[in-house]
Amino acid sequence: MTFRISAIPVGLLIAAMLCFIYLPVVVLILFSFQSGDLPVPPIDGPSLKWYVKALSNDRLTGSLINSILVGAVSSAAATVMGFLAAYGLFRRRPASADAIRVLLISPIAVSYLIVGLGLMIVFNLAGIGRSLVAVGIGHVVINLPLCFAIIYSQLGDHLRNIDNAARDLGAGDFATMSRIIVPVMLPSVIASFCLSFTLSWDEFIIALLLSRFEVTLPVMIFELMRAGLTPEVNAAGTIIFCISIITAVVAASLTILRPERKP
Amino acid sequence: MNRKPVDAAQWLAWPAILYTLAFFVLPLAVMVCVSFWVRRSSGLEADWTIDNYVKFFSRPYLITALLNSIEVTLITTALSVVLAYPFAYVLAFHVSPKWQKLVLLAAVLPFWTSYVVRSYSWLLVISDNGILNSFLLWTGLIATPIKIAYTRAATVLGFVHFFVLLLTLTLYANLVQISPSYLKAAEDLGASRWSVLWRIILPLSIPGIAVGAFLTFVITIGDYITPQILGGNTEVLLPQAIMLQIVRSANFPMASMMSLLLMLLILAVYGLFHRHLKMDRL
Repeated sequence: MTFRISAIPVGLLIAAMLCFIYLPVVVLILFSFQSGDLPVPPIDGPSLKWYVKALSNDRLTGSLINSILVGAVSSAAATVMGFLAAYGLFRRRPASADAIRVLLISPIAVSYLIVGLGLMIVFNLAGIGRSLVAVGIGHVVINLPLCFAIIYSQLGDHLRNIDNAARDLGAGDFATMSRIIVPVMLPSVIASFCLSFTLSWDEFIIALLLSRFEVTLPVMIFELMRAGLTPEVNAAGTIIFCISIITAVVAASLTILRPERKP
Repeated sequence: MNRKPVDAAQWLAWPAILYTLAFFVLPLAVMVCVSFWVRRSSGLEADWTIDNYVKFFSRPYLITALLNSIEVTLITTALSVVLAYPFAYVLAFHVSPKWQKLVLLAAVLPFWTSYVVRSYSWLLVISDNGILNSFLLWTGLIATPIKIAYTRAATVLGFVHFFVLLLTLTLYANLVQISPSYLKAAEDLGASRWSVLWRIILPLSIPGIAVGAFLTFVITIGDYITPQILGGNTEVLLPQAIMLQIVRSANFPMASMMSLLLMLLILAVYGLFHRHLKMDRL
């Protein structure tokens, strides 16, 4: 580009924005090492005692495991159903394909609060109690449209030829799908799963409305916070941040950053 | 080769269709019905009245919640666009490609702090004895702590922080698609740097701004946790009012009615924006 704003204002703007973006993260991590009782200045010297407290809090570690379970199972269900629907519509376009697409994607446009409340009322009327299973059902509702949309958008025309070739060579429906399409589509399938997991892992309102005694991590953190500001939440938040970053890096290295294979 | 006229592929979409019908469409339909019911001490009764609708618009605090929500959402959307646009613009046009990637990566990282924890972290920054007030007191700029926590400003701050991250990404993705030859042409024809920005780049980035602003609006207006943690109970927004109906009085009919109102609001805004959104490309 020939025109340039001088480097100093550009640098200042970027620095200011990054400061704003990072301020809460830095404060969160900084005060997780607080040895005093409050996560506010002054810092009384570094200490790991709040990490010890967070990790020995059985309700907290239990909710962490609940979150992983709900996330893994609901994401797997959403990915499988999303993939099957995408491949089904791709393989045979029924006259109603557009209507089916709109139906499957429509939950994206509705607030989580409404999805959660609707399920809560239906379960209530049907006499089904609130539980982690109910939370998982809710998380599939919000993740299925994303999985379907991501995978459907990646099923291009080049795959139609491969698909037909496999069938012409005598592969049945199931063999074509499991041995040809699934391997080729694996990166977007994994990406869908990881995105679903991240959203489920972080989802709060559906989990709050549909769970009772066993809760997920965000709901547990919310309960801890009700007692007021405590460095224990900082420690737990820092641990969650680290786990999420590691998951994201693994997901990215499996999909986006994967070395390109020669076609 | 003779292919079977019907293959199994036709049935593959059914699990997803049935699931969406059972756990998304049915609950919405039930909510529409329940919004015409009444809650009595004996439980929900299917009375089929418009009482809830009348009640909502005759209770000042519920109307205030609706108006508060609209105001906070509009302020959030405007501030987020105003803050994110210059950032995305500078990144796209005035930073070398290597640094673009680095800064974007740095800007995305805080996305992975948990959503609930993010609001809590802001509370640590802005509370009366938090880091911001401590710093300002220390510099002597203020004599007593500024009250930010548990106000509307805190809610807006929490929202804007999140959406600046999101909008920077969507706006950046939009800006880098603008062909450099347009800018070159404008410049060769004598346009100043500002008129290139004002008359070429800005108009071309309207679709990106529309998508980002719409996303911001939809997510903000339906969010419960940010106003609940940062705004406290000084001012109630619509999602908080809905939660109060559920948690305090188990009044599902009223909560359903208010949720439908929230949905209508989102649909109305979608109607306003849909020319720019190109959702059908999905």
